[in-house]
Amino acid sequence: MKSQSSKTTEYTAMLVIWLGLVLLFGMLSHNFLSARTFAALANRIPALVVVAAGMTLVLIIGGIDLSAGSVVGLCGSVLGVAMTDYHLSFWAGTMICLGIGLAAGALNGAISVCLGIPSFIVTLGMLEVARGLAYLTTHSQTKYIGGEVEGLSGPIHGLGVSPAFFISILVIVAGQMALTRTVFGRYLIAIGTNESAVRMAGINPKPPKIAVFALLGFLSGLAGVFYTSRLGSSDPNAGAGLELSAIAAVVIGGTSLMGGRGSVVNTFFGVLIIATLEAGLAQVGATEPAKRVVTGGVIVAAVILDAWRRDLQSVNRSS
Amino acid sequence: MFESGKNRARLRPGSRSFTNKRLSGHAPIINDSAPLLQVAGLQKSYNTPVLVDFNFDLRAGEVHALVGSNGAGKSTFVRILCGLTAGDGGELSLCGHDFHPKSRREAERSGVVMVVQELNVIATLTIAENLFLNRLPRRCGFVRAAELRVKAVQALARVGLAELDPTRLAGQLGVGYQQLVEIAGALARDCRLLILDEPTAALTDPEIERLFENIRRLQTEGVGIIYISHRMDEIHRLANRITVMRDGWHIATHEAGDVTPAELIREMAGHDLPERRNVRVPAGGEVALSVRHLRAGGRVRDVSFQARRGEILGLAGLVGSGRTETLRAIFGADSMDGGEILVEGSAVVIRSPADAVRAGIGLAPEDRKQDGLLMTQSIRVNITLATVRQHAGKCGWLDGRAEARTAEKFSQRLQVHGASLEQAVGELSGGNQQKVVLARWLARDCGILLFDEPTRGVDVATKDTIYQLLRDLAEARKAVVVVSSELTELMLICDRLLVMSMGRITAEFLAGEWTQEKITRAAFGGHFEQGEGAG
Repeated sequence: MKSQSSKTTEYTAMLVIWLGLVLLFGMLSHNFLSARTFAALANRIPALVVVAAGMTLVLIIGGIDLSAGSVVGLCGSVLGVAMTDYHLSFWAGTMICLGIGLAAGALNGAISVCLGIPSFIVTLGMLEVARGLAYLTTHSQTKYIGGEVEGLSGPIHGLGVSPAFFISILVIVAGQMALTRTVFGRYLIAIGTNESAVRMAGINPKPPKIAVFALLGFLSGLAGVFYTSRLGSSDPNAGAGLELSAIAAVVIGGTSLMGGRGSVVNTFFGVLIIATLEAGLAQVGATEPAKRVVTGGVIVAAVILDAWRRDLQSVNRSS
Repeated sequence: MFESGKNRARLRPGSRSFTNKRLSGHAPIINDSAPLLQVAGLQKSYNTPVLVDFNFDLRAGEVHALVGSNGAGKSTFVRILCGLTAGDGGELSLCGHDFHPKSRREAERSGVVMVVQELNVIATLTIAENLFLNRLPRRCGFVRAAELRVKAVQALARVGLAELDPTRLAGQLGVGYQQLVEIAGALARDCRLLILDEPTAALTDPEIERLFENIRRLQTEGVGIIYISHRMDEIHRLANRITVMRDGWHIATHEAGDVTPAELIREMAGHDLPERRNVRVPAGGEVALSVRHLRAGGRVRDVSFQARRGEILGLAGLVGSGRTETLRAIFGADSMDGGEILVEGSAVVIRSPADAVRAGIGLAPEDRKQDGLLMTQSIRVNITLATVRQHAGKCGWLDGRAEARTAEKFSQRLQVHGASLEQAVGELSGGNQQKVVLARWLARDCGILLFDEPTRGVDVATKDTIYQLLRDLAEARKAVVVVSSELTELMLICDRLLVMSMGRITAEFLAGEWTQEKITRAAFGGHFEQGEGAG
């Protein structure tokens, strides 16, 4: 079918851009093209990947969630406190963590959808609330947990890649499947395209909208677990600014901020591009400020390119 | 906005009489000099002709009423005068000079000002700011508040609102006052020709009186006024002359004293069509939908009717008579203020379109772009939107093949012409877009189908397809309700016709009983003394 083939070419386009970036840094620095670089890359990105996957769905319905980074911080803090102060097991802590993320996300969605307040405002509030709660639960201290949590983010023996990375890949695949192969996904795309038409087709748009925010909250909880396990300790500052990186990755992946169009797989490539750019720039000796300047420029350039490509496509199709 | 495409070949008026006698003493001072506005041979078409060789003239100090049914071309004519759209040909002259405004600004600079039916007041600005929005007195970019205030007070005084504080927010005013503020804004410009389009629609009686006083004063100042209204009593009180339009043609111009409302209505309705298609078996099916004393949002005041299985029921009426709002309220798109809806004999509570669809009601809305289609999505996605859940298992997993089969089946049944099912509907023609919306509801298999302007913006061939479809649906024992602004269309396809006027049903006709004149009279019914026009 036509949509399938055009989707494949889109994946290929993103893959080619990423490979180009890899080759570029490979030429600029001989240390870059090594298994170690890629393993380090894979182990750095899981938290961003899962948040960006959820963020993709939120942007597709035309919403936004600015609180994701703070919810990551809150969930990580709760995990630390649960395991150190209450001596819960890692699994029990993780369940609480995911539950809190889900609740925070559902609250975002319910307030924004039921009261008709723009999600930008509601989640801006949640950004402050969740971060504040993170400081309150930890008394603004970093809690050292140790080996019990580190397994999740440590490389699997012989593979070099962590379980967290595999989980994040699983989330991407599941997210893409949900978007393209389920009624839920179809409703999300339809709502993002024209919510009024969805309502007039006899579909109540509220439940799927709330569910999307709840899902992102849940995935933020998961990201909180990843963060904590990578550091071996829970840090109330964890995830600060993560929402912006996630939005950047989603947008680089070609998802429209206006809603109605997007792909979770391409968001994954968006994350790869951002992470590779940062790692590569570090390798060639760029300073932290310089890295930020370049990354910011790339984000805008990617969106401009995407807009051009779409214009070209629609011209081709109409002629 | 424009009701296009009537069957003009058949409707072409036989007699275009011009009665250009001098005025009777009935009116205030009239300047006998050359006309303020002279229009000759004006042409305009959007796909179909909207104005055909239209002639019109307006004298200084005159109120010239413009009447006609939906789609007669009144709006297009005044839009051309205001520079909102350009004519395709013809002569326009204002005070003896050629007049072809390219923008509203240019028209206003020449002294042509229009007050439209929809309110354009910006609620969050003050009255004074609204009055002078595009010409605020200023120095170095700063608004000169004192000067603005003085000018605003003067402008308000002209419409008898001297007591109004111009620094209040316009949004705090009632609708009637907002309308008067708009008129004050129009008058505050250097105005030689004022166009009023249904200015009293939102006004209460005392406000109407106030408006009329102003109109009379403007007349004495030599301002020419084009007055568009459906309300015959107002026209009779105000107008010096009345021009009747129908299907873009100038039908007649009368001195106000020389013509009765009945004559005007006959002229607006035109000649009757030759007898329509053979009447189908009279609809004797059981009642599928019954609406009792429906009230909704001011436009629907008290509507009761029944729709039977196997019949096509038409809902006629003027724009603004509440037809669209009736359908929307039944479908739960707008909330009901009162009344009862029964489906298959049992009362149903409909609070949202989801409730309506569950009860077996489907609505193809008037505004396809806004309420119907996902423009950037494919034909397939659009057709299956209301049925996608039926193509999925319990856990919501879509059966792509079954979905594609459904889309294919209904796109073929309606002859949707697209490159493939995956083409975005935004790239389709208006007719094909409408077919996609209809296909969605066919796929859903509702027992009661409401169609709001199903052929608007649709080409002739597609119209025939849609008419055939409506008949097929009736044959298949569905209850079909159609709202249309094209009377000829309703007369062609319906088994029964209800006529709405001002939020109420004023007449009912069975196929064969109706004539255009009877229907038109009922449509204007609420605008005479209540009840006189019905039947």
